[in-house]
Amino acid sequence: MTQTRRIFTFVLRLLALAATVSATIVMVTSHDSTRVLNLTFKAKFSDSPTFMYFVIVEAIVSGYNLIILLLSSKGSLWRIVIILDVVAALLLTSSMSAALAIGQVAKKGNTHAGWLPICGQVSKFCNHVNGALVAGILAAIFYYVLNLFTLYNALNPLFVVKPS
Amino acid sequence: MALENGQKPEDKAELAAVTKPTDWTIVVLRVVAFFATVTATVVMASNKETKSLVVAPPISVTLTAKFQHNPANVYFVIANGIASLHNVFMIVVHFFGDKFKDKGLQLVMVAVLDMMIVALVSSGDGAATFMAELGKKGNSHARWNKICDKFEKYCDRGGGAIISSYIGLLFLLVITVLSIIKLLKRN
Repeated sequence: MTQTRRIFTFVLRLLALAATVSATIVMVTSHDSTRVLNLTFKAKFSDSPTFMYFVIVEAIVSGYNLIILLLSSKGSLWRIVIILDVVAALLLTSSMSAALAIGQVAKKGNTHAGWLPICGQVSKFCNHVNGALVAGILAAIFYYVLNLFTLYNALNPLFVVKPS
Repeated sequence: MALENGQKPEDKAELAAVTKPTDWTIVVLRVVAFFATVTATVVMASNKETKSLVVAPPISVTLTAKFQHNPANVYFVIANGIASLHNVFMIVVHFFGDKFKDKGLQLVMVAVLDMMIVALVSSGDGAATFMAELGKKGNSHARWNKICDKFEKYCDRGGGAIISSYIGLLFLLVITVLSIIKLLKRN
């Protein structure tokens, strides 16, 4: 029984690692430039501090995940790992939601603030960022499933002996 | 500390009585987090500034900056509102939760719900922070002008709400960690 649990946790961590790494890579390689009437519109991920934050957080969580996967045999650190997992999930959600908010402004603009949408001009950049965001959302979901599964595992021994 | 079949109900009551005084830390933390999230919700929800600009002497244009104009701020208000309700619910559960029969299930539900609320508040904070940063500095690459130089009070209030929400998030994180530790100690 514990063997399947360990395998499931390992697979979840692997999936989360894949998602965060792909989110980082896709966001870092997003850039586009178009020429409209002799004006060059260039869009890179580093133009927006939000996307920089997204890349930094995903990279940190990828590194953390990789370290945990390599050290998964050590038994004494598991309490700290659970707490760090909660912190990592928090960082992932905040970066993903910030990037989503900025992406929404880029796509639809904000008439009240006089911000025009830019996705019409740099559509390749927008699609790329879209892909990175999807990967970021998946990473957050995998992390949360991992956390819930860990908490469920911590409870399980109690289910065996119910208080009468 | 699992309850074995041979243990009597009086011992269980004694265990509950012994663990009760040490739980005041979590209640105090929850109260502070509640105040922080309520402040964030109320301050952001009442964020509105109106300015009249005179275009030509008889014509004046009125510009309003409301928090609803920004969907990230709307989400921020909703997330912090839900977090405040969660804090109230958790305080109530803490005081009246002894009647709940399955202590293990209660602990895991508290830990899971705390984690969910941390996720919600952190996402609201992240979105609102970066929207505020965009409003304050603009983005020259995307030709988005900053709005904070015209609507100073709006930006200040929004900033205050975001800071209050971060304080609430910090306390919620500490509470989540404590709940998880409590859950693991029962193991």
